[in-house]
Amino acid sequence: MDIYLVEAMINGVLLGGVLALLALGLNLIFGVIDVVWIAYADIVMCGMYLIYLLYAGLGWPLLAACAVAIIASAAFGILVHLLIIEPILGSAPINQLLATGGLLFFLQSFATLLFGTDFRNLGIRLPIIELGDIYISYARLMAFAVALIGAVALYLFLKRTFIGTAIRAIAQDRDIIGLMGADQRRIYLFTSMIGGGLAGLAACLLALQYDVHPFIGNTFGPLIFMICVLGGLGDMIGGFVAAFVISQIIAIGGYYANTELSYVLAFTFFIVLMFVRPRGILSR
Amino acid sequence: MTMHPALLAAGLAFLVAPLFAAGPYVMHLLIQILLWGFVYTAWSMMGRFGFVSLGHGAFMGLGAYVPALLWNYYGVTPWLGIPLGVALAVLLGVVIGYPCFRLKVIGHYFALVTLALSQVVLLTIVAARDITGGSLGLTQRAAGFSWYALQFPDKRYFYVIALVMWLGGLAIWRAIDRGIGRQVLDAVSEDEEAAAAIGIDVLREKLRVTVVSAALTALGGAIFGQYLMYLNPETVSGIAVSLQIVFAAIVGGMYAMLGPTVGGLLTISLNEGLRVAFGTNFIGAANTIYGILLVLCIIFMPRGILGLAERLAPRRPRTKTVAAE
Repeated sequence: MDIYLVEAMINGVLLGGVLALLALGLNLIFGVIDVVWIAYADIVMCGMYLIYLLYAGLGWPLLAACAVAIIASAAFGILVHLLIIEPILGSAPINQLLATGGLLFFLQSFATLLFGTDFRNLGIRLPIIELGDIYISYARLMAFAVALIGAVALYLFLKRTFIGTAIRAIAQDRDIIGLMGADQRRIYLFTSMIGGGLAGLAACLLALQYDVHPFIGNTFGPLIFMICVLGGLGDMIGGFVAAFVISQIIAIGGYYANTELSYVLAFTFFIVLMFVRPRGILSR
Repeated sequence: MTMHPALLAAGLAFLVAPLFAAGPYVMHLLIQILLWGFVYTAWSMMGRFGFVSLGHGAFMGLGAYVPALLWNYYGVTPWLGIPLGVALAVLLGVVIGYPCFRLKVIGHYFALVTLALSQVVLLTIVAARDITGGSLGLTQRAAGFSWYALQFPDKRYFYVIALVMWLGGLAIWRAIDRGIGRQVLDAVSEDEEAAAAIGIDVLREKLRVTVVSAALTALGGAIFGQYLMYLNPETVSGIAVSLQIVFAAIVGGMYAMLGPTVGGLLTISLNEGLRVAFGTNFIGAANTIYGILLVLCIIFMPRGILGLAERLAPRRPRTKTVAAE
């Protein structure tokens, strides 16, 4: 096999980790609150700018900047739920999707207002690992590892804790959960907080690899919705599989053709699979 | 609903007046409002029956790029190119619509599938950059004043074209409203199974409205291209355009015939107003306010401005200024 193809595939796996983490956050919100945050990727963008501001602008240590970004994103998640989703929880789900679409416009243009459309980066150059002729970026490897740890931690949280169990229960039956003595509103807020926090974590991982600009959300935002739906609602393992399938399509497509065509391929794959397996990639 | 003849005449005079009175800048704004109003109206034909499509950027992109490419590379007149672009958009609409309706892909899922569709068209245009110019955009080969090339340096020609298209769009809206289709589609959006049970061919009705909506959107994109003489994938296709269409239609009110046009009027004047007020130093200021307004609109008046006006009107029939609230 071609060595560059192997390299592309390895990079695909590494990208898949971060995408899986993001899809997980979105899936949680989608599954529990039944809302699509179409601005989810733009919350990541805000997180990346915050890290840039604290690290490159104010000279904070990187880890502190990352921690603040995660906390701020989690708080932002709560705000999104309180200010935008909660007032219209009762209306048609598509209205909720569109309301967060307004948020998307707001965040993108607000970022443009503050930072302009320049590409900014942290100025960190992490080493590159050589394995024979294969080059792997250390930043990507680390992102992959952290994303995996984050996903496993979330999995354990949902399985082992009381509130995690309540979150899973509410995703199964929204109406009955009140009778079981769980506070629906608190669970929604908690879920939004975790969703926002995961976006913040993804922001830390992406800030090390990519330059940030106001419209970066548009490049991978649609991808994570596809992954989330492909995986199947509430199906965390399905979401994981879907993330790696999509990232491999992009990596291999990018190797044989070019980046845009590989995305075209991924989106077409999504549309076709929606028709073949509407309940998710692992459904029977 | 019949209109008083005097009112009709006044309306027509109002629409024709800019031909004699408006300067190029006002004319440019009016053409944009009419063309976007037309596209928003086309979108709402689907949207008001509960199919919220985020894929109309795809139809617009096809409608705009097909005639432009044919003209630039083969000298094919837009009179052939535009119908071809529209036909391709219709085909795409059916290819996506048929399985969606068949398999009952609705709500969020319909929105996301159509979102993927608009990404596919956008990225294909960008990927074929050797032909389409990619993200740098595409300029039509200029031919001066030409009916054959459908190029008119004088804006008034495009004003008339846009006006005729817009009126045509409203006429089609009326036709759908008056025909059996309206009741059928209302029934379908209320309760699909019940509608099917009383013998409605749900699939056919949905496809029909999809085809009309896609065709008109593509036509709007085509005329836009002819008017601006410059195409950019980000401005005619993709997620941003698709969302813009949805928002304007919702803000104006997608359930009323003139709602989408009001949305166009509002968003374009807002954009221009903010641009003038803030100058170009504050790129993004307009969209910041725009975004906030959208969120507020959806929370406080999900039926849009005209929807709100309609709801208030019967209660206070004497108030003439309800639309301003």
